[in-house]
Amino acid sequence: MPNIIALNVNGKKLSVNVDPQASLLSVLRNDLDLTGTKYGCGEAQCGACTVLIDGQQTRSCITQVGRVANSQITTIEGLEKDGQLHPLQEAFLKADAMQCGYCTPGMIMSGVALLNKNSKPTREDIVHHMNGNICRCGTYLRIVAAIQMAAAEKGNAK
Amino acid sequence: MSDIPEVERYELSEPPPYYFGFDRRQFIKAFSGGLVLLVPLTHVLAQEPQSQGESGRGGFDRDLPQEIGAWIHIDQDGSIGVYTGKVEFGQNIRTSLAQAVADELHVPVSMVRLVMGDTELTPFDLGTFGSRTTPTMAPQLRKAAAAARETLISLVAQQWQVEPSSIRIADARFVNHDTTKSLTFADVAKGLKLVKTIPPDTKLTPADKWTIAGTSVPKVDGRDYVTGRHKYTSDLRRERMLFGSIVRPTSFNATLESREPANVPGTSVVQDGDFLGVAASDPLTASSTAKAITARWKTVADQPGNAELFEYLRKNSGQGRGRPIGSIVDGLAAADKKLEQTYTVAYIAHAPLEPRAAVAEWTDNKLTVWTGTQRPFGVRGELAETFHIPVSNIRVIVPDTGSGYGGKHSGECAVEAARLALTTKRPVKVVWSREEEFSWAYFRPAGVIDVKSGVKNDGTITAWEFHNYNSGSSAIQSRYDIANQNIQFHESKSPLRQGSYRGLAATANHFARETHIDELATLLNMDPLQFRLKNLKDARMRGVLEAAATRFGWGRQNKEPKEPMRGVGIACGFEKGGYVATCAEVSVERGTGKVQLERIVEAFECGAIVNPKHLENQIEGAIVQGIGGTLFEEIFFAHGNILNPRFSRYRVPRFNDVPPIEVVLVDRKDLPSAGAGETPIVGLAPAVGNAIFAATGKRLRSLPLAPKGLQT
Repeated sequence: MPNIIALNVNGKKLSVNVDPQASLLSVLRNDLDLTGTKYGCGEAQCGACTVLIDGQQTRSCITQVGRVANSQITTIEGLEKDGQLHPLQEAFLKADAMQCGYCTPGMIMSGVALLNKNSKPTREDIVHHMNGNICRCGTYLRIVAAIQMAAAEKGNAK
Repeated sequence: MSDIPEVERYELSEPPPYYFGFDRRQFIKAFSGGLVLLVPLTHVLAQEPQSQGESGRGGFDRDLPQEIGAWIHIDQDGSIGVYTGKVEFGQNIRTSLAQAVADELHVPVSMVRLVMGDTELTPFDLGTFGSRTTPTMAPQLRKAAAAARETLISLVAQQWQVEPSSIRIADARFVNHDTTKSLTFADVAKGLKLVKTIPPDTKLTPADKWTIAGTSVPKVDGRDYVTGRHKYTSDLRRERMLFGSIVRPTSFNATLESREPANVPGTSVVQDGDFLGVAASDPLTASSTAKAITARWKTVADQPGNAELFEYLRKNSGQGRGRPIGSIVDGLAAADKKLEQTYTVAYIAHAPLEPRAAVAEWTDNKLTVWTGTQRPFGVRGELAETFHIPVSNIRVIVPDTGSGYGGKHSGECAVEAARLALTTKRPVKVVWSREEEFSWAYFRPAGVIDVKSGVKNDGTITAWEFHNYNSGSSAIQSRYDIANQNIQFHESKSPLRQGSYRGLAATANHFARETHIDELATLLNMDPLQFRLKNLKDARMRGVLEAAATRFGWGRQNKEPKEPMRGVGIACGFEKGGYVATCAEVSVERGTGKVQLERIVEAFECGAIVNPKHLENQIEGAIVQGIGGTLFEEIFFAHGNILNPRFSRYRVPRFNDVPPIEVVLVDRKDLPSAGAGETPIVGLAPAVGNAIFAATGKRLRSLPLAPKGLQT
């Protein structure tokens, strides 16, 4: 049954009238028109739908919206601040870490979650953390390079 | 050996695409001003009567081509538009084509805007496949851009009363010899109304003089992708739009007998023949309603499955197609050693990360469909046929799409959305689920390949007989110099719906050929690289083989057995104008049989390189995608059902499957550029299989090679 649910998305307080059991992915895309988060499989196998819930990477396709009502939700649309891209977004551009780009938002969100908890990930850390995200175009090596680049950037900035 | 490329039936045996020439009267009516340079659809340029000097401020060529392949429009405001029916699926042609045009016009890439894959705005195009964009579309657009540049320069020359040769373009401005005078593109195009075709004497800038092409220009709209702003078809929304969901048959080829309930309040249930779908105001209601409908399907019995697949393909195959050279009997008689082996490849799925999607909208009997297809004009034809309306009432628009790899030639989803929209009289979006994409799209063909060969003790191959059943004829011809050849492709009845794939059958044919070549080398106790070189005259093929082998350090590998078992393999190939050589190092864990790729080196040569970084990205991507088909991707099916239609049951390559990959780009500025999205995939499977043999002594002749590790 539909229900008014208060959400905090990208720092904005919003309320939506949806079934609490609806997937967060569907609410983001269809009710809030935040279409940067993608559908890829519906079973948490591909990572295209990755968002951050209180900083943790989360597959929005299997997350019921009613369960994240009190959480900070960050989507790909929330990374850019005042026209300034997140360092990982910049690094994806520099490393040419995409082809069709459909997996890119999910990759970036997973990568941001990693960098948030591990500012100097090794190659193994990156592969291990990112292994749940699929890129069918096969740009994995470039994505690893982009994450390393963003980590180095962050290190330099400190 | 023939140099005539084999026609690939999976691309060209689809129902003939409706070949409606672009209505040039309509085009001229719609054309408001500026300068347009037309690219004729076919290569009729040389035969075409050319117009006489159109040096004025307006006018149309007397002999404009009836069928147009593309055009460049310099608008009165100086903006540069390129109109092509090609589509962007991640191969980065929106960038590379802009580079080609910018290069000839001497303007920054950012000034060039591409309008792609829209049947109303862009001219007819057969489709984006077969690695044709770079070798055909790019040079044509380049020519048009060069002709536009010369036309504009001659207009400026008239205005300034100077020789055209004294004018050049710098910083997007026309300047005279001492830069005392300058004009922008807008200054020159203002008030202009000129449509031209490319003069026959138009010269292209040679590759060694390129300044923008040949460099690693970043993806033109990359920022839209990293911010999530880019709108794929599945992201689109129209006013009053409904969401559709389709009730699928319980197995392939089933027909609908009955269903209930007839109606579900709050939704529209639409049945038309065997089509049964639901439209609702939100996707959850649409899909749950579709699931709740009880449909009775009349199923087709005795549909084959994996168990009997290869026997079925052989049994249902037709007469071979191919021209024998010399005599196999003589070739075998002259041989010291003979070998006969069979190779197989499984059905695999494209699994593009964006599943099929379409938004359809009817307005006054006119249909507009947004959909991710590699054949916008082909899908327009499908819609015309399905809805019995003229193509002039249909517009198909292809937003830049979440990949295809040959898997999105068809318009199933477009038809479904349009059917639901017709009844509901509202726009309808249909996005296939992953399970639908795995089950109801089409597959890379499975195949059986028989090879019989003869070889002399000195390493000369004397006979080569090759029969491919069902998988296709791409790259079926050998580049080896063999006096006696009989190479045949046998069409077969496929139990599953099948079609194009990245590289098409080139992967299967290279797998069989390059594995067999390796087996011959083993038989003779010759080094696999030396054996290949002994039978190859083609300098470009030798070039990539040597480039890959040198970088890899071929021949320097440690021959001592190690734990885990390690081995190296090599393979080479040619397809669609590109030459490839791949070296692989693998390890196999004793006990578990786990196969790990340790290192891949691939040399690729496709003529003059247009964008080194994007080329490298394409090659890496092809190798990574190839890992799946090589080691573990395989569709399981039985009784008209796909048994593994999910990523949890159909394994695709992931981060931890990818070894270090070194790409050696061989840039041949003296040769025309060929496409590069496909051919780099073909060398991987045989190179890895050959490496597994070197590591373990176990010869694998079926793709995928080791879905559950090596059974030792």
